Amino acid sequence: MALDRWIALIILVISLIYGYAAFHYPLLPFERGMSFLPNTQPMALSVLGMVVALIILFSPKARSDEEGLGGIDLAQVRQFKIGQTLGLVAAMVLYAVLLRPIGFLAATSLFIAGSGMVLGERKFHVLIPIALVTAVVIWYLVQETLGIYLRPWPWFVDN
Amino acid sequence: MFEGIVAGLTTALSVQNLIMVVAGCLIGTFIGMLPGLGPMSIIAIMIPVAISIGDPAAALIMLAGVYYGAIFGGSTSSILINAPGVAGTVATSFDGYPMARKGLAGKALAIAAVSSFCGGTVGAILLFGFAPMLATVALLFHSAEYFALMVVGLSAIAAFAGTGKVAKALLMTIVGLMMATVGESALFNAPRFTMGIQDLQSGFSFITLAMAMFALPEAFHMVLDPKRSSRGADSGGEIKDLMITRKEARTIAPVVARQSLQGFLIGVMPGAGATIASFLGYAVERNIAKGEEQAEFGKGSIKGLAAPETANNAACTGSFVPLLTLGIPGSGTTAILLGALIALNVAPGPRLMIDRPDIFWAVIVSMYLGNVVLLVLNLPLIPYIAKVLAVPRNYLIPFILFFTLMGSYIGQNNATELLILVGLGVCATIMRFADYPLAPLLIGFILGGMMEDNFARAVNITDGISFMWQRPGTLILLIVGVTLIFLPAWRRRRAFARQRAKARQEGIADGD
Repeated sequence: MALDRWIALIILVISLIYGYAAFHYPLLPFERGMSFLPNTQPMALSVLGMVVALIILFSPKARSDEEGLGGIDLAQVRQFKIGQTLGLVAAMVLYAVLLRPIGFLAATSLFIAGSGMVLGERKFHVLIPIALVTAVVIWYLVQETLGIYLRPWPWFVDN
Repeated sequence: MFEGIVAGLTTALSVQNLIMVVAGCLIGTFIGMLPGLGPMSIIAIMIPVAISIGDPAAALIMLAGVYYGAIFGGSTSSILINAPGVAGTVATSFDGYPMARKGLAGKALAIAAVSSFCGGTVGAILLFGFAPMLATVALLFHSAEYFALMVVGLSAIAAFAGTGKVAKALLMTIVGLMMATVGESALFNAPRFTMGIQDLQSGFSFITLAMAMFALPEAFHMVLDPKRSSRGADSGGEIKDLMITRKEARTIAPVVARQSLQGFLIGVMPGAGATIASFLGYAVERNIAKGEEQAEFGKGSIKGLAAPETANNAACTGSFVPLLTLGIPGSGTTAILLGALIALNVAPGPRLMIDRPDIFWAVIVSMYLGNVVLLVLNLPLIPYIAKVLAVPRNYLIPFILFFTLMGSYIGQNNATELLILVGLGVCATIMRFADYPLAPLLIGFILGGMMEDNFARAVNITDGISFMWQRPGTLILLIVGVTLIFLPAWRRRRAFARQRAKARQEGIADGD
C-alpha cells in the first residue's frame, strides 16, 4: 500500500475516534435545548473526514503510482539521510525537555552545537563560539528588546 | 473613503512604519534567498516579533514587507544558483538561470527587480480600486452568507490544489477544521476534545501549527535530501551590466502589462496564489510568443523571465483583496497573515475598512512603498545579497530549527508546545512525502473557528438549518462551493471518457 493510503487510513482512524468523542459529547444540562450544540459541527466533520478518507483509500486513480511513494521514487528515499533527520528530531525533543531545567543559555548553545555536530560539522573552534554567541544575542534580543522573560540560568542558580 | 486613504497615508508614512517596511523587505529578501525557506515559513518565524510590536498597522506593514522581500529573495537565488527559495519563483529559474550562465546575471536580476516592481505597482493600484467595491458587497453579508462564503473558500482551496490532489486537499482541510475545535471557544461553556491534556485547554497554537506545517518540513527535507540545498555552479562572481537597453524594455513591456493584470486576478481568487500565477504567466507568454522568441524560452529569454516575475508579485498583491475585505485568506501565506491579524486583535473583513481605515489603507499604501523599497534597496545590494547563500548547510539548518522552536516557545512560554511542534512537524514531513498539500490544513484550522461561529449564529437566528435554502445569497454560495469540489472530478471523468472514446476509434483495446 502506498504511503498516501496509509496516511488516509490513519486519518480515517482519527476521524473515527474524533467522531466517537463528538457523538458521545457530555452535554451540560442547559445545553440540551440549544439549537446549535457544541458537538454539531464536530459530528458533521467526523462524518466528512471518514467519507473523504475512504475515497482516498479506495480510489483506483492513485494505483498508478503505487510503486512510487505517492510521487517520490523509492530509490531516492533510500539515499535519504534518515539518521541525521532523526538525530535532529531527538535534539529538538531534548531541547524541549531541557529548556526549563537547564535554562535558555545552556539549552540553546547545546542545541545549536549539537545539531551542527549531528549534521557532520567537526570544526568545533567555529561551531561552539557561534552557538554561544547566538544564545546570548537571542536571549538579549528577546528579553531586553521584546520584553519576554526567558529564564537564562539552570535551576540551581537563583534567578 | 477619502479620509480613510489620508489616514492610511499618514500611518504608512510615519517614521516608525517606514522603518518597518524597510526592515521587512530586507529581512524577507535575505531569508527568502535561503533555499527551502519560503514566504510562509519566514512570515511564520516573524510573527512572534510582529506581535510583540503591539501596533497592528506596524506589524502588518512589516509582515507585508517580509512577504514581498521573500518573493524577491526567492528570485535572486533562482537566478544566481538555480535554487528557488520559494515555490512562486520556480518559473523564474527557467529562464533566469540560463541568463546567469551566459554571464548576464546582473541583467537578469535587474529585469527581475523591475518586472516585480511593475507587477507589484499595478497590483497595488488595482487593489485601491477593487477593495472598496468588494467591501461594499461584503457588507450585505450576514452570518449565514459568511458561513457559506467560508465553505466556498475552503472548497476553492481544495479545488485548486491541482490534479489528483483534490481529495487529499479536502481531507487536509477537514483535519484542520477538526483541530480548530480542540480547546475552548467563545460559543460554548467547556473546552472540547482536549483528551484531558491541560496544555490543549486553549487549543492548538496557530504559530506552532504554522511552523510545524511549513518551516519544519522544509528544514527536514533539506536534511533528508542534501541535493535540495546544494549549490549549483558558482556564477555569482561577476555581477555587472545591470542596465536594460531600450530594445529590451520594449520587448518586455507588453509581457509586463499582460502579466500584471493576469497575475492580480489569479491572486484575487482564493486558493490560487503566486505559484500558480507565475507558472500560468510563463505558460501563457510562451504560447503567445512566436517563432524565434518562443524557441528562446527556457534558454534565457528575457520575456520568459519577466513573465513569472511580474505575475508572482501582482498575485501577491491580489491575494490581499480577499484577506482584507472578506477575511478569507487566498493562500497559505495570507492565512498566516490572517492569524497574525487576529492575534493583534484586528478582525479582517468588510468592517475593517470602516472600523479601522487607518490599518486598511496603511497596508495598501505600504505595499506600494514596499515595492519601491525593494527596487531601491535591492538593485545596488544584489552583489552583496548573494553572499548570504554562502552560509554552510551545517550552520543554516540548526539555525532554522532553532528559530522555529523559538517562535513557538515565545508565543506560549510553554515547553509542551515545543513537543507538540516537533510531533506535528514530523507528521507534516511524512504527509508531504505522500503528496498531501499542507496549506489547506492551516487554512481550515484558521477558518474553522470563524466558520463554526457564523454557522452557530445563523442556526440560532433561524432555529434550524433552513437558512441554507431560504436565503438566496447563502444558497448560491453553497451551490458554488459544492460545484467547486465536484468540478475537478467531473472534468477528469470527462477527459478519461474522451480518451477512451478516442482509443476505441483507433481500435485499441481499453484496459485500465
